[in-house]
Amino acid sequence: MTKENSSLTPKKVPSIYPSRTKKQVTFIFLVILGIYLFSMYWTQREMVGGIGGALGNMYTVIEKFFPPNFAVLPALLDPMIQTIQMAIIATTVAAILTIPLAILSAQNVTTFKPIYYVTKTFLNLLRTIPDLVLAVIFVGLFGIGLFPGILALVIFSLGILAKLVGETIESVDMNPLEAMRASGGNPLQVIWYALVPQVLPQYTSLVLYVFEINIRASVVLGYVGAGGIGLILNQQLGFYNYPNAMAIIIVIFVVVIIIEYISNKLREALI
Amino acid sequence: MENLILPPKPKNSLFKKIKVIVITILVIALYLWTFTSIDIDWGRAIERALNNFQRVIPRLFSPDWSAAGEVALSMLETVFIAFAGSLMAALLSVPLAFLAANNMMGKYLSVIGKWILSAVRAFPDLILAILFVVAVGPNAFAGVLAIAIGSTGMLGKMFSEIIESIDMQVVEAMQANGANKIQILFYAVMPQIIPEFLSYAIYRFEVDIRASSILGIVGAGGIGTMIIFASNNRNWNEMGMILLAIIVVVTIIDFASSKIRNKIV
Repeated sequence: MTKENSSLTPKKVPSIYPSRTKKQVTFIFLVILGIYLFSMYWTQREMVGGIGGALGNMYTVIEKFFPPNFAVLPALLDPMIQTIQMAIIATTVAAILTIPLAILSAQNVTTFKPIYYVTKTFLNLLRTIPDLVLAVIFVGLFGIGLFPGILALVIFSLGILAKLVGETIESVDMNPLEAMRASGGNPLQVIWYALVPQVLPQYTSLVLYVFEINIRASVVLGYVGAGGIGLILNQQLGFYNYPNAMAIIIVIFVVVIIIEYISNKLREALI
Repeated sequence: MENLILPPKPKNSLFKKIKVIVITILVIALYLWTFTSIDIDWGRAIERALNNFQRVIPRLFSPDWSAAGEVALSMLETVFIAFAGSLMAALLSVPLAFLAANNMMGKYLSVIGKWILSAVRAFPDLILAILFVVAVGPNAFAGVLAIAIGSTGMLGKMFSEIIESIDMQVVEAMQANGANKIQILFYAVMPQIIPEFLSYAIYRFEVDIRASSILGIVGAGGIGTMIIFASNNRNWNEMGMILLAIIVVVTIIDFASSKIRNKIV
């Protein structure tokens, strides 16, 4: 059987991919591998003992960090609450500021091109600056405290939120808007009665998503002096008090998981 | 006149009304609690801002070009950290994604995989960097490990969602023809998932460039090391240069990555 069948097909089965694609893919693969190997060499050149020594150290780390000292838990309550409050305030302010920016950066509502391009470029620039860099600058400006942290979170989340909401606005059904315009609605009426009902569920869901991001960002902001639980973590690590630091890390982990769970359930209910 | 049969009016039941009222009260209570208990020393913040404004803002906008070489070198290191980290993450998250996808492994394994991924996701990158700095010392490799583990959580979730969304009829057809598991993997699953996997991995590289630029704050290499020095020395001209380097590199990589991703998918 097999012999007869194989005689029907040519000896060498031609590949389904053209040889040019194959060459291209091989080339790209080699380039990626090359950059990867070079990056690994570059990032490890200052390391004492190489990767083998590092893996051996992992055990020492576990020894240092465990068991976590949960006696510090009561002292962590206040900074943790502060951290969450920072995220709540920052998300709220960003959610309000994002509305005009999102509308201006949506191509289908802002038909005047120059404004659209300016807003879009501004948002792209805003998103390139990491949150902690913003926090460092604001701490330099306003001094150590919660306020620079909140400001950094607002600006950081504004860039993400305005982009996501803007994209949501761009994907709405334009027919209701046109109908409103045709029956003589002014721009504000068009936005309020035709756009808002379509965007509101997604908007709320995105705000909750950004709240999750802000919670995760705010736990580390204290590291540069911008308030919250990161400040305590930085202090404890500075004293080489690893069991306390581990307790803080575990608290952060648990809080992030709980808030993400609640936010996920809320978002599922919304959409 | 005959009775017209009208469609039933939407019921605004008591339960629904109570639900709305309870949610509103909860949200208002949350805000009252937040805004009354947070303590911000407005007087001091404004006073500091007025004093510092001249010292900080104009100098941020006049970058110190003499530091350009050093900044470029650390930015290059940041790119290397992000590249090695996201490639490692892309490789690590493939098996985890198959574990977490509910159409590949059993139901229970999928739940376990999902839990692993969300547990990994809950650690902020910087916290991971702190742990790895203690483990491998304050160098760029700690940053690579932090990025690799930090991205695995998110990439694994994205990958598993892609696997869950594939066309299972192809897999069934191959099963019916008697293909073994490995053949199914290579000829039915892989062709469907590879373009999107690549696209998400490249997107994650974009995100990781941003993430790795701050890891140096805890000693994990890259440009973050310079950020913390510049901020401690109040050297805002150098900070301006660093900011410029981050903005330029991130913009270029975002642009290149979105072009490549458009081509792949």
